[in-house]
Amino acid sequence: MTGNANLSSDVIEVRDLSIGYGKRTVMEHLDFSIRRGEIFGLLGGSGCGKSTLMKHLIGLYRPQKGDIRIFGESIVAAPPERRREMMRRFGVTYQGGALFGSLTLSENVALPLQEFTDYPPEKIDRIVREKLALVDLADFGNYMPAEISGGMKKRAGLARALALDPELLFFDEPSAGLDPLASAALDRLIRSLRDKLGATVVIVTHELDSIFSIADRVIMLDKSVKTAAAIGDPRELKEHSGNAWVKSFLNRDGLKGA
Amino acid sequence: MKNSEIFLIRVRRRLLDAADKCVLPLEFLGAVAAALPSLFRKKGLRLREFRYYLALCGSKSLPIVLLISLLMGGVLGIQAALQLTKFGAEIFTADLVGFSVLKEFGPLMVAIILTGRAGSAFAAELGTMKVNEEISALETMGIRPVGYLVLPKLVAMLLAMPVLTVFGDVAGIFGGMAIGVSVLDIPFAAYWSRTIDVLDGITMLLGILKSVVFSLLITLAGCFYGFQSTSDAQGVGRSATQAVVASIFWVIVADALLTVLYSFIGY
Repeated sequence: MTGNANLSSDVIEVRDLSIGYGKRTVMEHLDFSIRRGEIFGLLGGSGCGKSTLMKHLIGLYRPQKGDIRIFGESIVAAPPERRREMMRRFGVTYQGGALFGSLTLSENVALPLQEFTDYPPEKIDRIVREKLALVDLADFGNYMPAEISGGMKKRAGLARALALDPELLFFDEPSAGLDPLASAALDRLIRSLRDKLGATVVIVTHELDSIFSIADRVIMLDKSVKTAAAIGDPRELKEHSGNAWVKSFLNRDGLKGA
Repeated sequence: MKNSEIFLIRVRRRLLDAADKCVLPLEFLGAVAAALPSLFRKKGLRLREFRYYLALCGSKSLPIVLLISLLMGGVLGIQAALQLTKFGAEIFTADLVGFSVLKEFGPLMVAIILTGRAGSAFAAELGTMKVNEEISALETMGIRPVGYLVLPKLVAMLLAMPVLTVFGDVAGIFGGMAIGVSVLDIPFAAYWSRTIDVLDGITMLLGILKSVVFSLLITLAGCFYGFQSTSDAQGVGRSATQAVVASIFWVIVADALLTVLYSFIGY
C-alpha cells in the first residue's frame, strides 16, 4: 500500500461496472471487491466476458460505465501516464504466455527489469535466474519461445510477470491447453506464490478443478442475465447456492464449461 | 419512423464511421510523434532490434535492389535508344537514363522493394504480436508499444533507404550504360563523360530526399496496419495486404507531389 488514506483490505473495488465491445454490452451492474492476499476467480462459460472483465481490471479496456479502483485509485479515471505506472505494480500472465518471440526466455524476464530499474546487469541476471527457477525453467534461459512447449511458455510468462515482484497477479486461463498433471502443478505454484509473496491473485478460468483447489472466492458471470449470479466461496456455493444456474455450473463436469 | 428519418440516421452513421477511420491514423501518428523524444534518452533506441531491422531493410535488401535497378536502367536505356535513334541522338540516352534513374526510378524501385520486404513484414510481425497478446503484455508492463516497436523500425528504414537509393542509382546508370555501349555502339568513354557532364549532386540529393519521405511512409503504413490487425490469422494476412497497398499508394502520391514541387524549383 502506498500509505494513502485507503486502509481497507480491498485491493480491487469494482462499482456498477458495465463492459462490452463497442455498443454491445456483455456484462452490467458488476459490484465486487477483491481482498488483499486472496485468490479470486472470475468464472463463467465461454463467451460470458470473463477475459474481457480481466482486461478491464488491468486497464487495457475502458468500461462503458462504472469505476474500477486498484489500491484505492481509479484506473478508469487515471490519465495514460499514471495508468502505466499503476500497471507496473501488477503482473499479468496471458493465455499463450505472450512471450516476445525475438528474445530468449532470460531476455523476456529481464525486459521489465531493464526498462524500470537501474539495477546493474549482474543483479538483473541473478533475479532472472531466480524467477526462472521459481517456475522450474532454470535450465531454459537461453531457449527461444518457439523452442519450448505451451506449458513452458505459460510458466515463462509467469516468471516475466513476477520480475518486478508485483503485489497483484492476474492469470488468463492458466490451465487452458495443459494436461491435468501440469495444470495441477501450476495451481500449486500459484498458491505457493500467494503464500510466499503475499500477492493477491485474480484468475480467469472455466476449469472447476482449479477453482475448487485454489480459489478463496469466485465471482460467477452468467451471460443469460448479463451480470454476476453469485460471489463467494466456490465450495459453499456448490452446496448451498440458491441460484439454479450457479449450482448446476459448479456441479457439472468442469471440462464442459458453459 | 419515416423513410427520410431512417435515411438521415444512416447517413449520420456512415459519416461517424468515416470520421472514426480518419481519427485512427492521426492517433497513431500522434503516438509515434510522442515517442520520438524517447530516442534521445538513455536506452532510448533498442540497439538489438535496430540492428536486426537495419540488416533486414539494408544489407539483406542490397542484392535485389542492385539487380532490379540494373535491369530498370537497361530497360530505360533500350526504350530511350529506340526513340532517340530516330533523330540520331543516341548519345542523349545517357541524359534520359541518368535523370530518370536519379530523380524517379532509383528511389521508387527501392521504395517498392522495401514495401514488399519490410512494410509487409512490419505489418505481419505486429499483427502476429497482437494475436499472441504480446502487445497487451507490453502495455501491462507499462511499456508504450508504439515507441517500443515502431522506433527501431523507423530509424533503421530512415538510414537504410537513402543508402540503398545511392546503390540503386549507380546500378541503374550502369544498366543504361551497358545497353548504350553494347547495343547502340556508343563508346564507353563518350557515354561516361556525357553522364558525368549532365548529372549533378543536387539531382541525386533530391532523389535521396524522396527516398527519405518514402521510408517514412512505408514504415508508418506497415506499422499502422499491423497495430490495426484483428487477432486472427486472416486479420494478419489482411493487414499485410493493406499495408502494401497503402504504402505503394502513398509512395506514388508523394512521388507525384515531390516531382511537381521539384519542377517549381527548376529540377
